[in-house]
Amino acid sequence: MSTGSIMLTVDGESRSLVIDTRTTLLDALRDHLGVTSPKKGCDHGQCGACTVLLDGRRVLACLALAVAHDGAEITTAAGLSPDGEPHPLAQAFIDHDGFQCGYCTPGQICSAAGMLDEAGKGAPSHVTGDLEGPTVLDDEEIRERMSGNLCRCGAYPGIVAAIREVSG
Amino acid sequence: MTSAPTGSRAIGAPVPRLEGRAKVTGTAPYAYDQPVEAPLYLAAVTSTSARGHITAIDTAAADRLDGVVAVLTHENAPRLASDENAELWVLQSDEVAFRGQLIGAVVASRPEIAAQAAGLVRVEYDARPHDVEPGPGRDDLYAPATVNTGLETDTIAGDVDAAMADAAVTLDRTYSTPLQFHVPMEPQTAVARWDRDGGGDRLTLYDSTQGVIRMRQIMAAVLGLPPDRVEVISPHVGGGFGSKLRPKAHHVLVALAARTVEGRPVKFALPRRLTFAGSGYRPSTVQRIRLGADADGRLTAIAHDAVGGTSKLVEFAEQTALATRTMYAAPNRRTTHRLAALDVSVPTVMRAPGEAPGMFALESAMDELAVACGLDPIELRVRNEPGRDPETGLPYSTRNLVACLREGARRFGWTDRDPAPAARLDDGWLTGTGVAAATYPAYPVIGPSNAAIRALAGGRYRVDIAAADIGTGSRTALTQIAADALAVPLDAVDLRLGESTLPAAAPAAGSMGLGGWGSAVIAAARAFREKYGTAPAEGAEAGATGAGVPGAGKVALHAFGAQFAEVRVHADTGEIRVPRLLGVFAVGRVVNPRTARSQLTGGMVMGLSAALHEHGVMDPGPGQVVTRDLADYHIAAHADVQDVDAVWIDEADPHYNELGAKGVGEIGIVGVAAAIANAAFHATGVRVRDLPLTPDAFLR
Ligand code: FES
Ligand code: FES
Repeated sequence: MSTGSIMLTVDGESRSLVIDTRTTLLDALRDHLGVTSPKKGCDHGQCGACTVLLDGRRVLACLALAVAHDGAEITTAAGLSPDGEPHPLAQAFIDHDGFQCGYCTPGQICSAAGMLDEAGKGAPSHVTGDLEGPTVLDDEEIRERMSGNLCRCGAYPGIVAAIREVSG
Repeated sequence: MTSAPTGSRAIGAPVPRLEGRAKVTGTAPYAYDQPVEAPLYLAAVTSTSARGHITAIDTAAADRLDGVVAVLTHENAPRLASDENAELWVLQSDEVAFRGQLIGAVVASRPEIAAQAAGLVRVEYDARPHDVEPGPGRDDLYAPATVNTGLETDTIAGDVDAAMADAAVTLDRTYSTPLQFHVPMEPQTAVARWDRDGGGDRLTLYDSTQGVIRMRQIMAAVLGLPPDRVEVISPHVGGGFGSKLRPKAHHVLVALAARTVEGRPVKFALPRRLTFAGSGYRPSTVQRIRLGADADGRLTAIAHDAVGGTSKLVEFAEQTALATRTMYAAPNRRTTHRLAALDVSVPTVMRAPGEAPGMFALESAMDELAVACGLDPIELRVRNEPGRDPETGLPYSTRNLVACLREGARRFGWTDRDPAPAARLDDGWLTGTGVAAATYPAYPVIGPSNAAIRALAGGRYRVDIAAADIGTGSRTALTQIAADALAVPLDAVDLRLGESTLPAAAPAAGSMGLGGWGSAVIAAARAFREKYGTAPAEGAEAGATGAGVPGAGKVALHAFGAQFAEVRVHADTGEIRVPRLLGVFAVGRVVNPRTARSQLTGGMVMGLSAALHEHGVMDPGPGQVVTRDLADYHIAAHADVQDVDAVWIDEADPHYNELGAKGVGEIGIVGVAAAIANAAFHATGVRVRDLPLTPDAFLR
């Protein structure tokens, strides 16, 4: 077993750890640092429950090796709503009942935050018709861009409504 | 909507989920998230043979690995006390009953080490031929003694064959549904700690379960502990859909491991891949429907013969034809259930067991009959509406199927529908609409629930009940019920659930949760007020048991609904999309319209997912399901789901409980697949009788 020593800034707090090189970023957060806001739904990059913002971009923490991200700044859904003050997306999820069991929710919210940023920078998606003009986030665009985040409770209509409200 | 009971303030209000903040920040503790001291991690060894015996199991390399604390196999595991449930007889013998069975465990200081060590365990088998596919053409199908929930296996009235021979219009069709998996986003997870103190052995289980009390009782029996020496804690559950109702092998495995490393918590989240054999599933079905009708479409015969698979280890008989016993009037009727016993993992209840697959078949057949009779499918259903329950002869407590169909027709814009199939082409897409009925029994409660109320300081009240909130919103709805029952504001109630030390309550199952738990909370509030009045001293406490179902045995109790679907099928590629789903339901009084709507639309999304995507594939060679991840077993994603809405009609059912509420957890899924298949027929003229509806079905 080989180990590596890394520093991470997690939700604004800097944390150092010595870690098995096989450890994913998700397990580093959940098991080593006790940061359980990102969830594990599949450990295979297929569900999105583990989505966090890594240096501002949305990533699947289960597909990232922790040692490869020394010095990274991680924001989880908990970090998006610091001191109990809900992030606009978090509040919109509550208002639109965009969750039931809540297990996919931190990942959905981090993914939505990352997605809005991508769209704001003009990144196109598979369903974007006009690659030249500004991105218009209609429901079809939101659904396409959020499709990496599964919700077995089927809260999709509420999630899309929440994101639409914040993006609009 | 029906007005709430007198004095009601909170019931009927769209109160946002009380645990909303905790869930949107990810701070609500699910089983694995519970803070425990110095945990160890478990990785499982699973069988790679589908049937036979383990002849050798070599753990030497695993034992030697740095960080490994214990390796358990059937050769060294602690003995269990009860083999009543063969599925829970874990690590007790060398027998292998299905591929993917838990046959060993490694406990290590780190999860990576546990996983590596589990891979180092070498197992040899005396493998026997296995039998993993239910059909077709088997000669060893058998009739179970009863079907799930203890219902009759077969019901027969009149003479279906003779009526079919005389009928003006007949239909004889076979429909099939594949293996379907619950895949809650939180996989099965348990954290166990075994302690020994003056009172003897004691197990603490942080679990993800639909019922802490049932879990405690069964685990205590299996482990040979008194029930009060097992504590189950499960405040938040990341979805269940039936898969977390019953204790499974992993619960026993993690408890055995905890016992071996006494005093240290052991964490075990089933890797997603292992949940497919480890957490139950909906068995595949093959269903023959026969309908006979007169020239006006009035049914003279209705028959539903269902064949499904079960496990040789533990029988599970899905009640697939149950809905056909109550849906339509016909003098000659028959429902049967037959099973193939297989060398497979144990199937279980999955959202609307029985109705979900059964109503796909029946409601597809009704659509085919409507076409055969030249009748509007809504009109066909109206003509076959029974005055009383056709099989029991009991009057219905409420039966508002027709009201749901009519209201749905109005909202959906059904009235101008041109019934001709394959008649609308829009920019390369064939478009169509379809309808199907939905129903779900209002089951008598599976056991009484209890609740206790305690006066806190400052006019606040604590309400305790060992109920579960698996995403249904029961924490919020029960708080609303308690507030009204105590006649206090919502924020004066502090409700606790999901712990086995709270007053015993039924699990979340069969859409019975809210009715049963709500009755207990109302009874407790009444007992409390009778004893202490409206100005109780701090610490005053009273408890009570909820009333049973007042109408049980006197009236037929069912919820009903109507599902409408709009479908587009691409004329060149066969791609199928569902731009619109509308469900109209008659479910009694709705306690919280916000969370109830989410439950209903969530069920509809799962129905859409079953209609278009979900397809568990068993490979007979290795004897295992090969669709064992979320790429191979696709469930509906954002892009698959467009406009989905649910509404309900004004109804209250006092025969079911004092609240007048029937459950909303299951009925949302029922009938959706049929509505979509019927709409796809309307769009394309192609009738698909096998789920899921994939593009190849439309390319001819
Ligand atoms: S846990 Fe990372 S995508 Fe599923
Ligand atoms: S809220 Fe349960 S999986 Fe999305």
